[in-house]
Amino acid sequence: MSPVLIATLRVLAAVGLMLLNGVVLIYMLRKVLGHLHVRLGPTELGPAGMFQTLADVVKLLTKEDPTPGMVDRVLYFLAPLIVFVPSLAAYAALPFSSSIIAADLDAGLLFTFAILSLVTLGIFAAGWASYNKWSLLGAMRSIAQQVTYEVPLLLAALPPVMIAGSMNLADIVRAQQGSVWFIVPCFPAFLFFLVAGLIEANQTPFDMSEAESELVAGFATEYASMKFGLLFLSEFSNTFVFSALMVTLFFGGWTLPFVPDALLSGVGGAVVFMIKTYLVIAVLMWVRGTLPRVRIDQLLSLGWKVLLPATLVWIVITGLAVKLGPALIGGVS
Amino acid sequence: MGKGRRLSLESIVIALFIVIGAAFTVLTLSASWLLSPKAPSPEKITMYECGVEPVGGPWVRFRAGYYVYALLYVIFDIEVVFLYPWAVTFGRPGIGWFVFIEMIIFIAILAGGLAYAWKEGALRWR
Repeated sequence: MSPVLIATLRVLAAVGLMLLNGVVLIYMLRKVLGHLHVRLGPTELGPAGMFQTLADVVKLLTKEDPTPGMVDRVLYFLAPLIVFVPSLAAYAALPFSSSIIAADLDAGLLFTFAILSLVTLGIFAAGWASYNKWSLLGAMRSIAQQVTYEVPLLLAALPPVMIAGSMNLADIVRAQQGSVWFIVPCFPAFLFFLVAGLIEANQTPFDMSEAESELVAGFATEYASMKFGLLFLSEFSNTFVFSALMVTLFFGGWTLPFVPDALLSGVGGAVVFMIKTYLVIAVLMWVRGTLPRVRIDQLLSLGWKVLLPATLVWIVITGLAVKLGPALIGGVS
Repeated sequence: MGKGRRLSLESIVIALFIVIGAAFTVLTLSASWLLSPKAPSPEKITMYECGVEPVGGPWVRFRAGYYVYALLYVIFDIEVVFLYPWAVTFGRPGIGWFVFIEMIIFIAILAGGLAYAWKEGALRWR
């Protein structure tokens, strides 16, 4: 097969996975939140309301989409594209198993973070172009979130890179194969990564750019129909990508302890990877149903006065451990 | 040769991610435009403000309370970019303590900067 054909098939597979994730995650969120609130969630369409999201897709596709009169037309129509394309491209470097990777990049981790940070640009464009006060407030808050999460998130992802000696996501998983999952030697980094990632994925308690209960729909207030659909598909997809990164960095990716690698090199590994990722997402939804939203100035204080110094200290400690001896951190050479 | 081929396939994949992603967006929005009913009215295109008549526009000078944080963010984001290549190589056999200590000094200078900004009240919402 020609390289272009192979590449096209891989990208189309990623598009399919992204759509599937969107449909499944929205249903899952409704069910999980429903049961956390002691109610049932969707029940009407299909067994246990399973087709509810599909019906919503049809609804979104066939809804009237009036363009508000005062919007900045170019940016207003471009914003869903600026949000969607990076969200999709973030799937490129994810190692579903040692043979199922769209693009096996040597700087995969950095690439994923870099491409995900573009999403904020699209969100700001959407909020500013909408000519709406709710949207503007949401857009300004989303920049505040970016300013808060990015440095701690990147620093919290550093200890696994230091131990594995690689930014290639598949290599980071392979480094955990021979020893323990990195959550054991990097437990504090895992906690910082979780908190910073909740901000990155716009998840409650840090969902202030959207904040349904105060800003209508935040940056997406003036968006309707499929433009809104794409914005929210990206958001769910980013949650998935963040959870997949967490599984890769801290929970051994496609590997399982005591299971020989031969069983997990192909599709089997991808199944394990997806199950782990969905378990992480379930925990994020549990957090979402449990904690109240924080204030924006509390968010900035948390990021700069707690997470940033703590991650820096932990990097120095990890560096010392890596230098002083592999024996200290589980026999990684 | 092997390395070169691998690199080129990956660049194609990344490029196609962007092209197909953009095409998918355009396709979806066109489909929705074709399928949706169109019944415009002056009320539908006004700014949404919970039903009341809008007062004033949103494109005003908006005070960003996190302006100083944003300046610090630029500095620390660049620091992180320097840290990543270091994190990959510093643990390799044959690379001595010098590289490690150098980076500790670099981190210490930036941490000192953060402490100074903190003391001067830059890390405060205003």
